[in-house]
Amino acid sequence: MSLTLQGAAAAGIVTCDECGLTSRAATATAPGHCPRCGEALEWRRERALQRTAALLLAAAILYVPANLLPVLDTTALGSQQDDTILSGVVFLYQSGSWPLAIIVFIASIVIPIGKIVALAVVLVAVQRRSTRDPRRHTRLYRLVEIIGRWSMLDVFVDTFVVALVQLSPLMSVRPGPGVVYFMAVVVLTMLAARSFDSRLIWDAAAMGKPHDK
Amino acid sequence: MPAPATVACRGCDLVQRLPVIAPGGKARCVRCNDLLAARPRYAGEHSLALACACAVVIGLANALPLMSLSAAGRNASTTLAGGVLQMWAEGSEITAVVVAVCAIMAPATYVLTMLAVLLAARRDPVPRWAGNLLEWTDRVRPWSMVEVLLLGILVALVKIAQLATVTPGGGMYALGTLVFLLPWFVSTLDTEGLWARVRWVAVPDSGVPREAGP
Repeated sequence: MSLTLQGAAAAGIVTCDECGLTSRAATATAPGHCPRCGEALEWRRERALQRTAALLLAAAILYVPANLLPVLDTTALGSQQDDTILSGVVFLYQSGSWPLAIIVFIASIVIPIGKIVALAVVLVAVQRRSTRDPRRHTRLYRLVEIIGRWSMLDVFVDTFVVALVQLSPLMSVRPGPGVVYFMAVVVLTMLAARSFDSRLIWDAAAMGKPHDK
Repeated sequence: MPAPATVACRGCDLVQRLPVIAPGGKARCVRCNDLLAARPRYAGEHSLALACACAVVIGLANALPLMSLSAAGRNASTTLAGGVLQMWAEGSEITAVVVAVCAIMAPATYVLTMLAVLLAARRDPVPRWAGNLLEWTDRVRPWSMVEVLLLGILVALVKIAQLATVTPGGGMYALGTLVFLLPWFVSTLDTEGLWARVRWVAVPDSGVPREAGP
């Protein structure tokens, strides 16, 4: 099931993942160490597909409790209210701050789902040796890498609401169990994106193609 | 300018010749459009000055209160570390640690490490340890989330404004400044230029140049 490496790797040229130096590999089986920074050289990131898939699966599982469990628990004058990520967005919308509601909706709902789906699409494409538009898959992956961090927004919101609203017995806010799960989803998807290697998209695309050149 | 180098695209592994890049210019891969190399318009002393400015503003953002709240004659205020400590005290220790990393430790580590690299880069050749630090900054940077943090605090502020009167504090303005200052600083960094001057680990063996030449 392993891919035949294409591009620079096929010509025995390896790029250091740490410092970016392009050098000639020592041998085809063991590319050796980077002459500039000393890091062990790899043709492709080690076990990129397996690592990304494992982290992604973990993120997808944790995504369920992250959305079902409350993230904030407000006590005000004896009344008590639990808020999940989604009900927090609804609260913002109803209280008239709809621009913020949209921002939080995008950061907390659209981006996490989008990241998981996009990475899954790219992984399946590599696995199936898809030749369809490797360029678009590369762009999709880059997008996930760039905007992934923004889903941490809700964790910061919850932290500072909790930190500030401490006026017991009048009113206090405590973090709910959902925050940890949500935070884990963000961290795991970020790690999944970093474990992947977009060069595999091009290796797979070249392999899927019939040899017609 | 050194002679045009042959590089492999880090996005798709296509081998291509790097064009001569004008100051402020970028080179992109012809196949996947990934960034191949960039040459900042200003570098060196400019970066050093911005690194110092970032360090000072990070200090202020951490020292000054972010916002304060008053309701029914009672007052409360919080700082960045205060938010983390409160989260820890409320039993969300893991979340507290991650927030501490993304909001406080990563930005500070990134800027201070870069400052050390830039100071080391005033020597020629640049010592080996500066290379090790450069690798380290590369790992830390994705976790520095100043802009996300600021937006998060603003949303928290609006949420709380429904319940009580909130006033933004000095830490908030420092953070707002940092959101512009930090990307500006990063944009002046010539990482490839720094790497090019770092002392190599290995001497090219047996006279055969190991750098992929034309």
